[in-house]
Amino acid sequence: MAIAAALLTLGLPFAAFLLLALVPRLRRSGPPAGWVSIGAIGAAFLVAAAAWLAEAGGAGVWGWIPGAGGPLVTVGVLLDDLSRAMVLLVTLVSLLVQVYSLAYLHDEPRPALGRYYAYHALFAFSMLGLVLAPTFVQMFIFWELVGLCSYLLIGFWYDRPSAAQAAVKAFWVTRLGDVGFIIGIVWLWAAAGTFEFTALFAEAAAGQIPAAGLALTMVLIYLGAVGKSAQFPLHVWLPDAMEGPTPVSALIHAATMVTAGVFMVTRTMPLFALVPDVLTLIAWVGALTALLAATMACVEGDIKRVLAYSTISQLGYMMAAAGAGAAAAGFFHLGTHGVFKALLFLGAGAVIHAAGTNDVFRMGGLFRAMPQTGIVFLIGTLALAGVWPLAGFFSKEAVLAGVLHGQLTGPFVLLALTAFLTAFYMFRVVFIAFFGRPHDPHAHLHDPPRLMAGPLWVLAGLTVGLGLWFTVQPPAGEHGPGWLAPLSLGLAAAGIVLAWATYQARVVSADLLATLLAPLDVAARRRYGLDALYALLYRGAMLGCSRVIGWLDRYVVDGVVNMASAWSLRAGDLLRRIQTGVPQDYVYGVAFGVLVLLVWAQWGSR
Amino acid sequence: MTGPGLQAYLILAALVFAIGLFGILTRRNAIGILLGIELMLNAVNINLVAFARFHADLAGLVFTLFTIAITVIEVGVGLAIVIAVFRVRKTVDADHLTLLRG
Amino acid sequence: MSVPVLSVITWAPFIGALLIMFTARHRPLAVRLIAAVTTGLSTVLSLWIYLAYDREAAGFQFHEKVVLVPPLGVAYELGVDGMSLLLVLLTAIIIFTGVFASWTVTVRSQEFYALLLALVTGVFGVFVSLDLFVFFLFYELAVLPMYLLIGIWGSSGQVRPRGIFAWAFRETGVGSKEYAAMKLTLYLLFGSAFILVGIFALYVFAGTGSFSFLELQAAAFDPGVQWWVFLAFYVGFGILAGIWPLHTWSPDGHASAPTAVSMLHAGVLMKLGAYGVVRLGMGLLPEGAGALAWLVGTIACINIVYGALSAMAQTDLKYVIAYSSVSHMGIVMLGAATLTEAGLNGSVFQMFAHGVMTGLFFALVGLVYEKAHSREIGKMGGFGHAMPGIAVAFTVGGLSSLGLPATAGFVAELLTFMGAWRSAHPWWLFPAVAGTFLTAVYVLRVAKQIFWGPPSPHFEHLDDARGPEWVALVVLVGVIVVFGMMPGLAIGPVGTATMPLLTRIVAP
Repeated sequence: MAIAAALLTLGLPFAAFLLLALVPRLRRSGPPAGWVSIGAIGAAFLVAAAAWLAEAGGAGVWGWIPGAGGPLVTVGVLLDDLSRAMVLLVTLVSLLVQVYSLAYLHDEPRPALGRYYAYHALFAFSMLGLVLAPTFVQMFIFWELVGLCSYLLIGFWYDRPSAAQAAVKAFWVTRLGDVGFIIGIVWLWAAAGTFEFTALFAEAAAGQIPAAGLALTMVLIYLGAVGKSAQFPLHVWLPDAMEGPTPVSALIHAATMVTAGVFMVTRTMPLFALVPDVLTLIAWVGALTALLAATMACVEGDIKRVLAYSTISQLGYMMAAAGAGAAAAGFFHLGTHGVFKALLFLGAGAVIHAAGTNDVFRMGGLFRAMPQTGIVFLIGTLALAGVWPLAGFFSKEAVLAGVLHGQLTGPFVLLALTAFLTAFYMFRVVFIAFFGRPHDPHAHLHDPPRLMAGPLWVLAGLTVGLGLWFTVQPPAGEHGPGWLAPLSLGLAAAGIVLAWATYQARVVSADLLATLLAPLDVAARRRYGLDALYALLYRGAMLGCSRVIGWLDRYVVDGVVNMASAWSLRAGDLLRRIQTGVPQDYVYGVAFGVLVLLVWAQWGSR
Repeated sequence: MTGPGLQAYLILAALVFAIGLFGILTRRNAIGILLGIELMLNAVNINLVAFARFHADLAGLVFTLFTIAITVIEVGVGLAIVIAVFRVRKTVDADHLTLLRG
Repeated sequence: MSVPVLSVITWAPFIGALLIMFTARHRPLAVRLIAAVTTGLSTVLSLWIYLAYDREAAGFQFHEKVVLVPPLGVAYELGVDGMSLLLVLLTAIIIFTGVFASWTVTVRSQEFYALLLALVTGVFGVFVSLDLFVFFLFYELAVLPMYLLIGIWGSSGQVRPRGIFAWAFRETGVGSKEYAAMKLTLYLLFGSAFILVGIFALYVFAGTGSFSFLELQAAAFDPGVQWWVFLAFYVGFGILAGIWPLHTWSPDGHASAPTAVSMLHAGVLMKLGAYGVVRLGMGLLPEGAGALAWLVGTIACINIVYGALSAMAQTDLKYVIAYSSVSHMGIVMLGAATLTEAGLNGSVFQMFAHGVMTGLFFALVGLVYEKAHSREIGKMGGFGHAMPGIAVAFTVGGLSSLGLPATAGFVAELLTFMGAWRSAHPWWLFPAVAGTFLTAVYVLRVAKQIFWGPPSPHFEHLDDARGPEWVALVVLVGVIVVFGMMPGLAIGPVGTATMPLLTRIVAP
């Protein structure tokens, strides 16, 4: 039953994709294409919900690449607690985002809309395939496929040069991480002889995996997560990925795909647990990522980019938790973050849709004009800031507790600082965009249409509902010391107050703050120089190297060939002179030759 | 059997061959060259006939017949080429016919 | 006695060529229909033997034998095993789609199609023949028409003479189609000299007085002989497979060749080289192969990285694709050199996968060139609007080329990686993986430049693919995706052929 349910959730979006891909007429019809995809993901969501309620579990594995002694590579489905929760999240957010997109992209040409939904159906299939993967190879397969969908959807408006550039950049940077991932997978296969999780975990538990080189192997596998989950230093693609349509950012670059790295680390925790040093590395990198991204969010003026940095920052949280050994807390945060970050992105989408700009400084006073959007955005913001009793509070506290429990004081301090910054930069956006003086008093701003508002309210309801649920029934797992909850709340409150004082009451000058923290401000605005560094590496090292090789190939390797050819031509030229064209000369040659032969025969016969 | 021996025929053939070769090498006129070739071929014929006679082997005569037949064709084709060349180039001087020079 | 299927597959295009020469003068449509029908027949029969091949029994099937020259032991002997089966299918797919992709050739289309079909007979013949003498004849038949096809129907590019060899460039006329045709032909004939020596060496040293592959396989050769004969085969066939540094014929040749010829040449003929190394080199000379695997694999690694970097440096679209072939053939050779099950299967699968995707690429480049009359990547831009179908197909081809899962390229690369790490030289894994990243860089860069962004001002009135051209694109894209999702389709039969080969190499 469980396997059938898993296959059904997987098959429905795939069927929708095939339908849209193979029937051009349907795809070009626009909204009907959208409804096909929405119907499929809706049905998949129902199946996932049923499986969740029934707590169905099971695994099925089938051969994919045959080998002499049984299949070399297998694929299948693995439905357990982890994948059930993830499947539910993915189908739910996908469903809401797809419904939302129908109104958001209302003005798009119909063929483009159909294409958009074809990508979405493919994405839903790929993400579910990733989540349900019972083997490393299958996880890699769908890992790459979600990357492909991300690439295609970032570049949805492909005639914008910035979108094209961002799409390619996202693909390259994540691909760089995947280079490590695939090497790690192959090494692990060579060491353990299988790609299947259950077999690998059994071997890990029995201590059968050779320890030699395992740490490096796991670091390489973790590299894949660094790319996909936008960890330092491969996080640079995510802010640029905001070139895609906002619903795409909500789904792929906030709630689902970017969390794949966290999911992978959580999924393979029994393997990572064998190498504690790598886990510590993961925690440190996660905490560092969280802080760096938060500082960059503080100086960003583009509402979507603020959210993107905040996503990176929260992914850092999750990774830090996983690295501290509290994978469950990390995964908990993944789930709640998926809900309220999708809410924030969709809310931002509604704002952008109405205001026609991404720049928060050109918004202002939106709360009055768009009360519904304002309320849900505020709910999301509070959740992200970790304010009780919203869902974010509980998961953030769980993460902090987990990190503390893992004896990782350094990362804990970084994360606590991040919590403060998170509240600050989010409320900075809220105060500037929603409460400030209207930028353009004559603009006709209005709340979004019902198809957009519906998903917003569902997500807002979930954020609040989950929070209330956890208040009534505290989540299982690690609980920190008594001072943790007040600390976390206090940090959030401090951030909110600072933002209020700076951007609403204007008792603190933003410029003054910037001047006080000048080096940090400059560095954060320049994104810590990482983009420049990558651009330099790409242009200088890679393209430069390719130019040199290309030149060498053309003018040296091929030059030698041409030299040989030219020498043969010259030699031929010399020999050519013998051919005078005068018949007598040839006869002289023959006669002389005969004479030589005669003499030689005489001399030789002696 | 009286008369000159084989050697005499071979010397005669060698002389005729040498005269033909000399003609080919010194003549500039294409027709002269063809004549030289004829002489050389006939020198070979003399050899063949002589050997056939002295070895009492008819194969030599058969070869000679073939050679004569082919010589006729060769002269025919050769003269035809010379005439064709003359029509185009207004000369049959071999020194001027150097289209094949490499 | 059943129908000689392999002979029909092999000779059907040749019959088509004759029919085209003698019955279709001044009737372009008839020329194309004859070509489509005869290659279609080969394709259908290739599919049929692919399905009818008995995987349990394995070995060479559909055997045919007619003794030609008894005293020399030359026979017209045909048969296919799992490996050649896949390559016959590949050849059929490529030529069938190639016929459609060059539907718009207008200059002397009769001669063009006739030569193309004659060429294909040679390719089929190489893959199915089990007699080395006949193998060689077919091999030459596959190489020679190329000269005319490129020299007459090709296109010239421009190469500026530079560097210390500039004088040589000026003297040889680098860049022109005549130069490319001559270079390709001379290079390949140079290689076939090595092959001929190798074949005669086998004939002499075996002492059985037979050119039959099956009889030579049973013979035991001295290790020293194996060593140098394998080297001869490696150089001879390797030239055709584009091994570094003997690859420079390939970019020039492929860039100058007309669409269908590029498709066939990069798609199939380069595989013929790799097939020769595996079939003759590894199949007949197991110890030689074992002793020289380090050389084959190391050069393959150079190929992968070097080819990818060279491709990145190109500004001419056709050169990019041509260099990508050099890089991908590195994966083929690397897989073979690993001497592992996964690697060798990956190698053969990559022959197929790369054949299809490079065929697709050259078909697309041909279409783009035909519509835009330019191959300069820098000038193009925003073609996605005008030619969405071509853009999609290019993306699929590009994704397969960078080894994205669900396309055929991924399976081949994964297997090769697995094989490389398990081989005697694990470090081969790193250049191979690096190659896939570099491929991602140059392929997506090119795709972005051509199809994305705002429409370029240099071009007007661009069209998408039309009518028969769609056949080529749809078939090739379909094959890439289907084999990418169900690799068992290909690996199943291939495994039956590679395992016996490997046991011979590894066991002693």
